[in-house]
Amino acid sequence: MALYSEKVMDHFRNPRNVGVIADADAVGEVGNAKCGDIMKMYLKIQDDKIADVKFETFGCGSAIASSSMATELIKGQPLSQALKLTNQAVTEALDGLPAHKLHCSVLAEEAIKSAVKDYYDRHGIAYDPALFAGVEDCAHCGEGA
Amino acid sequence: MRIYADNAATTRMSPGAIAAVKEGMERLWGNPSSLYSLGQEANEALTGARERIAAALGCSAKELTFTSGGSEADNQALRSAAALGARKGKKHIISTAFEHHAVLHTLRALEREGYEVTLLDVHENGLVTPEQVAAAIRPDTALVSVMYANNEIGTIQPVPEIGRICREKGVVFHTDAVQAVGHLPIRIDEENIDMLSLSGHKFHGPKGIGVLYVRRGVPFLPLIEGGAQERGKRAGTENVPAVLGMAAALEEAVTGMQTNIPRVTALRDRLIQGIRREISHCALNGDGEKRLPGNVSFCFEGIEGESLLLLLDDKGISASSGSACTSGSLDPSHVLLAIGRVHDVAHGSLRLSLGEENTEEEVDYMISAVKEVVDYLRGMSPVWRDLQEGRRQFIL
Repeated sequence: MALYSEKVMDHFRNPRNVGVIADADAVGEVGNAKCGDIMKMYLKIQDDKIADVKFETFGCGSAIASSSMATELIKGQPLSQALKLTNQAVTEALDGLPAHKLHCSVLAEEAIKSAVKDYYDRHGIAYDPALFAGVEDCAHCGEGA
Repeated sequence: MRIYADNAATTRMSPGAIAAVKEGMERLWGNPSSLYSLGQEANEALTGARERIAAALGCSAKELTFTSGGSEADNQALRSAAALGARKGKKHIISTAFEHHAVLHTLRALEREGYEVTLLDVHENGLVTPEQVAAAIRPDTALVSVMYANNEIGTIQPVPEIGRICREKGVVFHTDAVQAVGHLPIRIDEENIDMLSLSGHKFHGPKGIGVLYVRRGVPFLPLIEGGAQERGKRAGTENVPAVLGMAAALEEAVTGMQTNIPRVTALRDRLIQGIRREISHCALNGDGEKRLPGNVSFCFEGIEGESLLLLLDDKGISASSGSACTSGSLDPSHVLLAIGRVHDVAHGSLRLSLGEENTEEEVDYMISAVKEVVDYLRGMSPVWRDLQEGRRQFIL
């Protein structure tokens, strides 16, 4: 289909890192079913690095592809680096997304931030709340997950 | 295997229709308004096609106006009835919540121009009742417009009964029959219809051609101004090749209907039963009996429709969905919301619209392919996991 780039279709058809980490050190979930997309990220953290990452996504082709690409981009990275991942970086790595699908990459960025925030909260690590502003809201409609 | 199961979107042109279009392009290319024989031959072909379409529909040739398709026919019917109603001080229009956008968006525009619109509830089964129409009609009602059969969920409305009520009360009755013509045995003259819209490409004819039927004695106005074609009711040089193709396709559809309706209905029911048997937590959209022979529409819990369509396409199946992601808007299909499906499951909808060309083998392949894809997507869905583990309640 010409709607999506080859890269998007590859990550949609063969998503990387799909699944659950039962003993995850952090879990983040964003989006809501009413809007038609939910992303859930599971992180395994060792020495402040993302040792493993898995995702589950309810959503369209670009939501699944964005999740897959985002997990690839942060795997093995220090948490501080993962926090810098932007939706633009996800979109570029996918060779672009249609304009009305850009929110899928926003959701992927926010899912990772939400998971890192969960890790900080679990370990009592101090952080600037502004870093996670908006993460709890749906990228579409502003409603909470 | 390539399976086309989106016949409600469009249909493959029949060889007879293609031959008729070709004839219109190669031989009958003159302007039907011209006096010389080349033009008059085209005019005669146009007249003949109009008569054959009228015979197939059970009306008179003079009651047919060719348009660019169903959307234009709907626009003209509504705009015309609204303008003529306003001249008598009648500015109230009745329709239903799940009409095609060609009707709904025209009504929205009329509302902005000062008309009042009542949209009738279509219930969980996707059916409006004649009693609802009777109760909604007011002294200032100018028009009732109820679609013959719904494009997404296939439900067939009680058109003759609604038409009878409208006639008794002296209100013009229009029906958008784009999905019904060529698929259901319609005799316009016997069904109390004042205006009817149809589109050529829904029954194996060409795109860009349709008809607005207006019953003799019912006044109506042009939408497109210009030359005197179509008795002054639709300006523009007639699309002769498309009209010839549509006439050929409609004749074939009406001739084949007696064998096609039971055959396609059996395929539809096999597909519905197979999906119900193989896949848990799904629901058929719309009434199971009063539905178009080829329409299968389901909602599946825990998945989203666009990813379903893309994976079905990989398996060779062309289908459609009412999810927000396929509509390019934030909301899922207004039709699914109108029958009470909540957003969460309306996003997970699938429409398979069958035609005469589909086979039992294809239906069985579709059942297993849909099951495989739904299972796969549920396997990566956090919503499905929540449902399975009791953190979320099943809706279906």
